[in-house]
Amino acid sequence: MNNFPVLSVILFAPVAGALLLVFIPPDENKLIKAVAATATFVSLALTLYLYLLYDKSVGGLQFVERIPWIRDLGVTYFLGVDGISLPMLLLISLIGFTAIFASWNVNMRPREFFILFLTLVTGVMGTFVAQDLFIFLLFYEVVVIPIYIMVVIWGSSKRVTKEYAGMKLTIYLLIGSAFLLVAVIAVFMQALAITGTPDFSIYGLAQVAFPAAFQRWTFAFMLFGFGSLLSMWPFHSWSPDGYAGAPTAVSMVHAGVLKKIGGYGLIRIALYVLPVGAAYWAPVIAVLGVAGAAYAAFGALAQKDLKYIVGYSSVSHMGYVLLGIASLNVIGINGAVANMFAHGIMAALFFSTIGFVYEKTHTRWVPDMGGLFQQMPRVGVAFVLAGLASLGLPGLISFVPEFTIFLGSFGRYGGLSVVAIATIVVTALFVLRAVANTLYGPRREEYDHLTDIRGPEMVPLVVLGGVMVLGGLVPSLLFDMINSGVAPLMASVTHTLQIGGLF
Amino acid sequence: MAVDWSLMNLEIATAVLGLGLLLLGLIIPHSARRGLGWLTVLGLAGILALSVGAWSHQGMLYNGMYIVDNYSTFFKEVFLTAAILVTMGSMRYVDEQVGYQAEYYGILVFALLGMMVMASAGDFITLYLGLELMTIAFIILVALRKTDGKSVEAGLKYVLLAGLSSAVLLYGLSLIYGLTGTVNIIQIAFLLAGGSVSSVLILGLVMLVAGVGFKISAVPFHMWAPDVYEGAPTPITAFLGAGSKAASFAIVLRLFVAGFSGIWQDWALLVAILAAITIVVGNLVAIPQTNIKRMLAYSSVAQAGYILVGVVTASPAGLKAVLFYALLYVFATVGAFTVVGNFFAQTGSDEIRDYAGLSQRSPLSAAMMLIAMLSMAGIPPLAGFAGKLYLFATVVQGYLWLVIIGLVMSMVSVYYYLRVTLVMYRDEPLDPAPITVSFPVALTMIIAMIATLVIGFYPGPLANITDVAARSFFVLH
Repeated sequence: MNNFPVLSVILFAPVAGALLLVFIPPDENKLIKAVAATATFVSLALTLYLYLLYDKSVGGLQFVERIPWIRDLGVTYFLGVDGISLPMLLLISLIGFTAIFASWNVNMRPREFFILFLTLVTGVMGTFVAQDLFIFLLFYEVVVIPIYIMVVIWGSSKRVTKEYAGMKLTIYLLIGSAFLLVAVIAVFMQALAITGTPDFSIYGLAQVAFPAAFQRWTFAFMLFGFGSLLSMWPFHSWSPDGYAGAPTAVSMVHAGVLKKIGGYGLIRIALYVLPVGAAYWAPVIAVLGVAGAAYAAFGALAQKDLKYIVGYSSVSHMGYVLLGIASLNVIGINGAVANMFAHGIMAALFFSTIGFVYEKTHTRWVPDMGGLFQQMPRVGVAFVLAGLASLGLPGLISFVPEFTIFLGSFGRYGGLSVVAIATIVVTALFVLRAVANTLYGPRREEYDHLTDIRGPEMVPLVVLGGVMVLGGLVPSLLFDMINSGVAPLMASVTHTLQIGGLF
Repeated sequence: MAVDWSLMNLEIATAVLGLGLLLLGLIIPHSARRGLGWLTVLGLAGILALSVGAWSHQGMLYNGMYIVDNYSTFFKEVFLTAAILVTMGSMRYVDEQVGYQAEYYGILVFALLGMMVMASAGDFITLYLGLELMTIAFIILVALRKTDGKSVEAGLKYVLLAGLSSAVLLYGLSLIYGLTGTVNIIQIAFLLAGGSVSSVLILGLVMLVAGVGFKISAVPFHMWAPDVYEGAPTPITAFLGAGSKAASFAIVLRLFVAGFSGIWQDWALLVAILAAITIVVGNLVAIPQTNIKRMLAYSSVAQAGYILVGVVTASPAGLKAVLFYALLYVFATVGAFTVVGNFFAQTGSDEIRDYAGLSQRSPLSAAMMLIAMLSMAGIPPLAGFAGKLYLFATVVQGYLWLVIIGLVMSMVSVYYYLRVTLVMYRDEPLDPAPITVSFPVALTMIIAMIATLVIGFYPGPLANITDVAARSFFVLH
């Protein structure tokens, strides 16, 4: 077992599926979907296995694979997972698997669709298991192009054209990644100048004591790069448009996991490697986070398109995550990571449900709907479950993470935390209103012919809904894991965090 | 003094191949001339093998007039690779669109010879000789489609502007000769080191920058590139974009990094600004283009800007980055232009909108185009990413603004590259007839594609080779 490269298998199972798809005739609809589902199932099963096998009492990186890759740059093919990356890997495995079933009705050029989708899944997985910044960047940008192609071919145009949505999303993310790249190159060269040996591994870079001024500007660049991926206000505007234009599977992966690469990167790379920069910018992160949470919650209040409502609400939730990160203590960051996981599950269930609603009713416009619970009770259950998780109902997965974030940040940013907590009321308002106007109310006869989700379409509800309830009832399953990753990370940077912030 | 002629084996073999092709064209019957393409490929492949074998054979001829080091050999291998790919990719195009096989292949080989001389030039005279050999060969090649007005126009434009730029370059060289009394680059480096910088020297430097700026199509000396690229036979455009540009960078490095290393601080900022302007203008002007050759021309202007970044620091790391990028740029450029040439040979169109549905008409062409463009844009895991990382890593300390401009603009370039992708993959074809890809063209595309992917995934070996080549450059100077 010790030598079996299980992370590589998880990582490349979707690629193998994609390669297999190349040789399948393009009109074999069922076979194509079965192959895609099998490939992602292999990743999911192995990830679950790792999750159970991971030794939380030891912590740190486990299941490590290391192969020297580019010697003159000190790049190693270095995979490993710790308590922060393993939940994220589980998240993409879950969402990748369920998104295949949410796209069960894609019958336009399905082969290309699933090849691109599997590539996307591998790209996202790679960012969470890579322990080398170069390899991280490789996977990080691999995701951009498939998303763009998928949005413009299979997306939907409502308020904005899908070309506009796709290009906006792509340009935002690429410009963000350009600044990230500048920071990474600068960090690498500075480390080379200080230590004399090239090393691209995250751990190696974290051991270098970078000058404070240098940390400040490189952290700012990384914050911009990762922040725009996390839809940090005011760089969030790609997010609602992009989700509205994207096909269901892309919305699920994007809102569910891809965004979280931003938060993951901020904690696992920016904070870990540049703690002084993090301490300096933390207040700014907190302010932007809370501003985003409040702004997007009010933005969601004004929306009538279901995808826009969820799009804005996801920007709002990312504001909490930023607040958790900015608290710079174990509790707050535990909460931020757990909230990313919780929000991922919830957003994926939301988008898959909206996808089904849209497929059947051909509308996402809330005033056009009503009483759908009567025709589609299972869709209704999924919708209510996701909605209640979104507003942080105790007993579902997102209550404890949000609570933890407020707990962690209150000591440091009392007033801001209060604003963030107050935002939950607004969230409850728009979520409950959307649920009420779509699902309840008088029966509408024009929807009587609709059939409820069944068969493969049930998979997202069962899997994601199950995780949601399980995570809510037994939060320790998630928190023990995350804590085993966050605690050592914070221990290694705490001595430098005593330096004061910007204000 | 004993002259070690074996150092010039590659050049001699290339000259023999070029002359042989011209002669063969005179004796063999018209119908047999189609085979000349394969003969050229074979000959060039043989020379490439020879160059690999002669890797460690280094030395100087005629007191430094001619320098054979790993650096020059690596560049020659880059040119040979470009020439082989261009020849294979152009066979069908030449047979159907141009004719004159013997002249085409023969002169192409002479252009290659000019590039090789440039890579090894150790003094101004040799340098100018190689440059003119290459330029004159290209003038003929550009205008070879005699009945096509655009081709002739492009040829004339190239004559006039190449002549002008050569004159400027020559004037710059003569000013520096006047100051130092020698044409030998190594001696000039010795004489200029530590001395004061006179205004005449500055004038000479500016003239040199303008002259070579034209050759590498750096802004503001890039105006000829789109017109000539558009009008020239497409394979020649590819060779012009990949080979001629790489050869010009070979002399840029030899002149500036070797010759003027002593006054580095006087030209570094100038080159950095030139690189920044070139990157910005090339990428921005590429956005509104509707003709794919013009778009690729502006994108190649931008690429010249990226490569210039490696010149700024005049360091082994920068040189290595230039060498690395030069090779991967050959694969991307020749790959993309091969698709364009093959498409034109069958549809008669270079308009981007006619590429609609190419992914269904010819999946190989569409995939090649996608990979070439994403590599030029620097998207991982393709070769361009590693290349840009090496280039920009050299200037991150001291020229941070240049790194920011370069990386942001390369993300902007994704915008116009993706537009082509969109047309190829999303749109339904206007004419569903498949685009056939003949064997040599397919081979070119597959080689270019695999090379781009392999260099991107596993850049280690190429990085080592270019490292050795860059170090050999500094040993001799």
